[in-house]
Amino acid sequence: MAEAREPVTTLDTPIRLEYLFSAGIAQSKNLRGLAEGRFVGQRCPVCSKVYVPSRGSCPVDGVPTDEEVALGNTGTVTTFCVVNVPFAGQSIEIPYIVAQVLLDGADISFMGLIQEIPADQVRMGLRVEAVWVEPDQLGPSMASVKHFRPTGEPDAEYASYKDYT
Amino acid sequence: MPTPPSARGGRRPVAVVSFAQAQNQRREAHRNEVETLMPVFADVLGKVGITKDDVDFICSGSTDYLVGGPFSFVSALDAIGVWPPRRESHVEMDAAWALYEAWVVLQEDGVDAALVYGFGKSSLGDLSRIVALQLDPYVMAPLWPDPVALAALQARALLDAGKASEEDFAAVAARCRRSALDNPMAQVAYDRTVDELMTEDYVVAPLRRHALPPITDGAAAIVLAAGDKAFEWAERPAWITGIDHRIETHSPGGRDLTLSPSTAMAGRLAGVQDGRVDVAELHAPFAHQELILAQALDLGEGVSVNPSGGALAANALMAGGLIRIGEAASRIMDGRADRAVAHATSGPLLQQNLVAVLEGGR
Ligand SMILES: [Zn+2]
Repeated sequence: MAEAREPVTTLDTPIRLEYLFSAGIAQSKNLRGLAEGRFVGQRCPVCSKVYVPSRGSCPVDGVPTDEEVALGNTGTVTTFCVVNVPFAGQSIEIPYIVAQVLLDGADISFMGLIQEIPADQVRMGLRVEAVWVEPDQLGPSMASVKHFRPTGEPDAEYASYKDYT
Repeated sequence: MPTPPSARGGRRPVAVVSFAQAQNQRREAHRNEVETLMPVFADVLGKVGITKDDVDFICSGSTDYLVGGPFSFVSALDAIGVWPPRRESHVEMDAAWALYEAWVVLQEDGVDAALVYGFGKSSLGDLSRIVALQLDPYVMAPLWPDPVALAALQARALLDAGKASEEDFAAVAARCRRSALDNPMAQVAYDRTVDELMTEDYVVAPLRRHALPPITDGAAAIVLAAGDKAFEWAERPAWITGIDHRIETHSPGGRDLTLSPSTAMAGRLAGVQDGRVDVAELHAPFAHQELILAQALDLGEGVSVNPSGGALAANALMAGGLIRIGEAASRIMDGRADRAVAHATSGPLLQQNLVAVLEGGR
């Protein structure tokens, strides 16, 4: 006779899968640009919007965005949040600012770290510029952008970025 | 106006009017999913002279497990450009089941055309581990049984039951790869005899190299249209006169692996036996599975089975079943066949099966 046992209620089944990442032709151009310390976007031939990075198509028109557009180093904070919560692996001192940055000439914002300004002074419309890592540290990733910092220019008018918030 | 052939089920006649697929290949190293799909959409819409604005419903089949990222089916929509917004859906299954969903939606008045697509880049991860995760998570998946080993158990069961020989497996592979020589989108095609194939080493006994599908990156799309719209867009629409899908237990150990009762039932309900079958495109990734499926559907002599080469010629996961429907429909649309059967499978060892009957009518 088997003795009565507690039912099994949990079991661990460790799963690990490794993948290649397929950036695609369009985003590869953007990543190579980052490795050279510059932002590369692509323009939609139908609606003329500039995506940075482009995944290869205009998500509105569904056509290839094959016109390459060199973008500058400056942009505008369209929205932001203050990070006050510490978490494992955090490399930046809290509080710090994560913002959506709309590069000049681009039609889509991306996430960036804002530094060199007290957290309570960051605001929508703040003009910022990218600070790149040292040339020998540049690589095909957003880690090439150390952070964004204020340019000192007057804030952008709300109307100039209201469609991107 | 001509009339569509009578159909089983469905209150509106629905037809395949266009089919396109990407070149099947071992590894698409440059294009991402969006970049792979865009030319397929341009092709499938262009063939019938329409744009994305002409379709009322979009449905896709894919799995995030192949990409290794969440919501890959949402970013795939960037390839079509869903603006202004429209009805859209997705199944985490082969896109043949997306086609089934579209067929259901097309029964509604006001929805007259649908775009169905599937895509799978199998080269991004370790496929044998990824596919193992579709097994039950408690007792099977933790053992990581790879799909070739599982298929070999099924092949062994066929041999033990005296239902087939290893030469029969080789004969299926020889015929499919020879047919694939005429398929410009095929990945594996050759002209070799059964004797030649029988000299290959076992990969997992009793399966030799030839009995295995290739690992494929691919994508495919179909346009479905209802009623008059089908006649408007296609000279000879491939009418879906029957479609059904059935499922068996998740556990391969709980089934007789030499039979496919779900295929048999789906075939019966789709009306496979209601008339002569000219062509059957069967989604049999492993050579021996074609024997099981042909028997379940009771396909007699004179049926051209897998004239495209089937899944042995190219096996893009999540698109392979839809491609079977597209290959069958193409043969109706260009007049090579009057009545065709298309089959798609999903899950381990033919667990789920879909059968469609396509007819050209008069
Ligand atoms: Zn556009």
